Amino acid sequence: MENIYLAIPLSALFGSILAGLFGRQLGRMLSHTVTILGVALACVLSLVVFNHIVLDGNTYNGAVYTWAVIEGIQFEIGFLIDNLTAMMMVVVTFVSLMVHIYTIAYMHDDPGYQRFFSYISLFTFSMLMLVMSNNFLQLFFGWEAVGLVSYLLIGFWFKKDTAIFANMKAFLVNRVGDFGFLLGIAAIYVHFGTLDYVEVFKQVPNLLDVTVTVIPGEEWSLMTLIAILLFIGAMGKSAQVPLHVWLPDSMEGPTPISALIHAATMVTAGIFMVSRMSPIFEVSDTALSVVMIIGAITAFFMGLIGIIQNDIKRVVAYSTLSQLGYMTVALGASAYSAGLFHLMTHAFFKALLFLAAGSVIIAMHHEQDIRKMGGLKKYMPITYWTSLIGSLALIGFPGFAGFFSKDSIVESVHASNLAGAEFAYWMVLLGVFVTAFYSFRMFFLVFHGKERMDEHTRSHLKESPLTVTIPLIALAIPSVIAGYFIDPIVVGDFFKGVVFVDPAHTAIAELKEGYHGVFSFMLHGIMAPPFWLAMSGLGLAWYIYLKNDALAHFAYNKFRWMHTILDKKYGMDSFNQVVFAGGAIALGKLLWRVGDRFLIDGLIVNGSAKAVGFFSGILRRIQTGYMYHYAFSMILGVLVILTWFIFGSKG
Amino acid sequence: MDMSLFIDWPLLSLVIWLPIIGGIVVLIVGDRHGARPAALLIAVATFLVSLPLYTLFDPLTAAMQFTENHEWIPTFNIMYYLGVDGISMPLILLNTFTTVLVVLAGWEVIKERVAQYMAAFLIMSGLVNGVFAAQDAMLFYVFFEAMLIPMFLVIGIWGGPNRVYATIKFFLYTFIGSVFMLVSLIYMYNVGADAGNASFWIQDLYKLKLGLTEQIFIFLSFLLAFGVKIPMWPVHTWLPDAHVEAPTGGSVILAAIMLKIGGYGFLRFSLPITPDASLALDWLIIVMSLVAIVYIGFIAIVQTDMKKLVAYSSIAHMGFVTLGIFLIYPIFTATNSIVGAELAMQGAMVQMISHGFISGAMFLSIGVLYDRMHSREISAYGGVANTMPIFAVFFVLFAMANTGLPGTSGFVGEFMVILASFKASFWIAFLAATTLIIGAAYTLWLVKRVIFGEIGNEKVAALKDLNKREFVIMFTLAVMVIGLGLWPQPLTDVMSVTLQHLIEQASHSKL
Repeated sequence: MENIYLAIPLSALFGSILAGLFGRQLGRMLSHTVTILGVALACVLSLVVFNHIVLDGNTYNGAVYTWAVIEGIQFEIGFLIDNLTAMMMVVVTFVSLMVHIYTIAYMHDDPGYQRFFSYISLFTFSMLMLVMSNNFLQLFFGWEAVGLVSYLLIGFWFKKDTAIFANMKAFLVNRVGDFGFLLGIAAIYVHFGTLDYVEVFKQVPNLLDVTVTVIPGEEWSLMTLIAILLFIGAMGKSAQVPLHVWLPDSMEGPTPISALIHAATMVTAGIFMVSRMSPIFEVSDTALSVVMIIGAITAFFMGLIGIIQNDIKRVVAYSTLSQLGYMTVALGASAYSAGLFHLMTHAFFKALLFLAAGSVIIAMHHEQDIRKMGGLKKYMPITYWTSLIGSLALIGFPGFAGFFSKDSIVESVHASNLAGAEFAYWMVLLGVFVTAFYSFRMFFLVFHGKERMDEHTRSHLKESPLTVTIPLIALAIPSVIAGYFIDPIVVGDFFKGVVFVDPAHTAIAELKEGYHGVFSFMLHGIMAPPFWLAMSGLGLAWYIYLKNDALAHFAYNKFRWMHTILDKKYGMDSFNQVVFAGGAIALGKLLWRVGDRFLIDGLIVNGSAKAVGFFSGILRRIQTGYMYHYAFSMILGVLVILTWFIFGSKG
Repeated sequence: MDMSLFIDWPLLSLVIWLPIIGGIVVLIVGDRHGARPAALLIAVATFLVSLPLYTLFDPLTAAMQFTENHEWIPTFNIMYYLGVDGISMPLILLNTFTTVLVVLAGWEVIKERVAQYMAAFLIMSGLVNGVFAAQDAMLFYVFFEAMLIPMFLVIGIWGGPNRVYATIKFFLYTFIGSVFMLVSLIYMYNVGADAGNASFWIQDLYKLKLGLTEQIFIFLSFLLAFGVKIPMWPVHTWLPDAHVEAPTGGSVILAAIMLKIGGYGFLRFSLPITPDASLALDWLIIVMSLVAIVYIGFIAIVQTDMKKLVAYSSIAHMGFVTLGIFLIYPIFTATNSIVGAELAMQGAMVQMISHGFISGAMFLSIGVLYDRMHSREISAYGGVANTMPIFAVFFVLFAMANTGLPGTSGFVGEFMVILASFKASFWIAFLAATTLIIGAAYTLWLVKRVIFGEIGNEKVAALKDLNKREFVIMFTLAVMVIGLGLWPQPLTDVMSVTLQHLIEQASHSKL
């Protein structure tokens, strides 16, 4: 089995290297063939691993090679394969494979075709290294490597000014998260003396009472500090407020990577990581409360912005932010299984929604404004139906995948007894309404109603080719059926021995108690508030955007201030731009001009130079430019020093 | 290949004198066409001769290896004493390796005084090897000073318009720094003489009984000499000026090799000779290192000249070297144990080697652009990726290495130092880790403005991508940067025992 584990990331890497270094020689056809074969192999092998690990009940934990050994601490590259890893591997490789196939058509006319395939395969490799890791070093490697590929792909169209601004912003904001993450890893190294997951988790119970003093006079629990530092990393990667600002801008990249990286996989790395670290998070209620509150804020307030977006990709992007918030809330409520379950279902339906949006964008000749669309249903039936499935899954319509995962989250937050749980509950509940509203606002504006595009575009409207529609269909299937795995995954023992839940955190236990099979869960769901909130969101969107838009105008006129706030994204981008970007430049200039140039060079150096004016005067005179003059004076200098030493020391 | 055949060769003398004598021959013959292949041959031969130093190195001992010992100036018991341990051996290899690349890099670019140019680099390479191999403090000092001569010449002759100012500044800084060191060395010789062992042997200096006041003065004189070299804030301002005026090869050697002599000096002299002063003044070094990381980082952000930007980035990266070297003391103060000190020191050493590759690559990349456009101003560029796609790949890779991306060598040292610094204090780790953000900010902003975007102007539109020679240089460096990032163990293992021994010396009070 070891060889298979190793073969999975390497086959993706191999394809990436071939397409990247020899893309020109291989040509387009061969480049996409090798990368797709690589990822397909990874996907098939992941299924084999899933079978071996999950169904046969095995776990694997072993090193691949030793990176370095210092002071007896092993820094290793190695794999920990358990149910969580196996699930992530299947999700990552499957979505990646779909995106690879989809790309053939989507990037068909792009001059960077081979480069694109190389990048997405490299991403798959990095993401696999991240989820398969058995230690913090490799976790950090994968963590930053996916960040690198994200950077390269957001800026894929490197001539576009907005794209190369967005990719720099994404990298820097993620680095703020990684800053906290690295400090968390450092704290683990210092107090646990190892970076190996299993070793670390083993020692957690011994270190519960350890406190550290960060600010003099304040004693903090070590575990709380570590958990919060690690969570800062998750906030960057999984785009939680206030480190979410990079994700909407990341839509500057080509749509396939928005689906793969910025919806289905990379952005869920934070959720994965916190779940992996559950033994650490579980021992700190403070940290869990922080996680829950940050998640709740993200879930609701980012959803609100989604309502006023007109760019088809940005609507989906804000929806992603909001859904990531849901997953984070679940983590805070100790409902890791629910969060991970939502991670999985979301990966399918959100990748589907993005790829469907891409399909619409192709048909619309790269027009992304939903106000210029409408009535696409009859031109693009497959895109239409798959989008409908994706949207219903997203809003949590009973029977669709998102229903099961989102309802589990809402229920467990309701059951949580931590500080902030009540606030979080209201946020996620209202968020359900908001989700349904923006999702179907977009859906109706794109596929129904008046055809608002220009005549030229209309005459060319047609369904996308098979390489696009097949992935859509392939993703639509799990967007429906994945939900029925709620039984084993959320309330069952799927994560037993992987995710640790403190018995005092009863959210999932209560969910289990009230669970009596899939159909009673659905029946119960139909009678619960989230369903009615979703339905009213959907209904309101239908009324406003298909029947009578007077209400929208009325609301717009009455609550223009609110629209402005949402349009400005709560002012966070401007704040960052002025305070952090502007502040750094101003500070840099100040330090350079006053510190380096005026104080050090101006006063001290040139001042001393004047003080030794005689010496430098002589030097200046012999600046003749002839090589032997320089050499002569240098040798003379050394001789003088030596002579002085020889005679000086005698005395 | 069985390398044991070389075991009896005077390998260290060879790596010192082969390039020096070779350089002198090139200089005397002075043939502008023959100079290039001759220089390359000598550089490659020196590199090959240095390889057995690694393959035959015994990583299990901290004792000096490949030693050679001859009388030199018997009156003062000054010896021609050579030897390497786990600290100096990797630095010699870095030097012989870099010299090959520098000779290649100057191949077509240098059109005037070719023989002198090549000779200067060869001689410099031999002298630097001497610095790292010398086991006699006076021999060390001679190499230490002599090495500056070819560097002054390189900047003074092939440098930019403002080279005179830069050379004088460079000269004054380094001269003032090293004079105090010389005084200290002589002082210690006399202390030894009074105790009946008049010796400049560095190992003898370690054994000297020195009081705290004496140690502090000696420590400060070393700090001046090596702090200027590496350079540390606030004695760093010569470096950006020297870089800007130096030709590409000069910048590469300056950044990749010369700065390392400062770090090497701290390890070889300061810690083992003045451990008590190091403990007493550790706060000073830590503060200066953190200022380098944060303050210099912010200055790098606002630079408009590419070379200056990379020069400031070098200073910030060297902050990790001095931090890593001296962390042993705050770690001891905080935890009453020296566990973590080796990680910190390994980090400092790896950072030095890695920075040799990365800064070398960055300056070579800027050289590639400068050769074509004759401008170092960031604003003169834009959209280079459109016309130089292969170059762009390398540039982005090296930039990422410069930001410490895991998987590249730039990550390894910083990672180790940050981890170890958390042992000493949360806030030291906190400030050191800001490099993740600041370093990324100045590097990626540079990449954005130079590499990405629409083609900036007609000159950029006319750019030609890397030629074969440039490609080979870039590719070699890329392999080193990624190789060391993915697997640092071959480096850390050869240094481990030496560093442990050094930590023991450095934590052993002389009072």
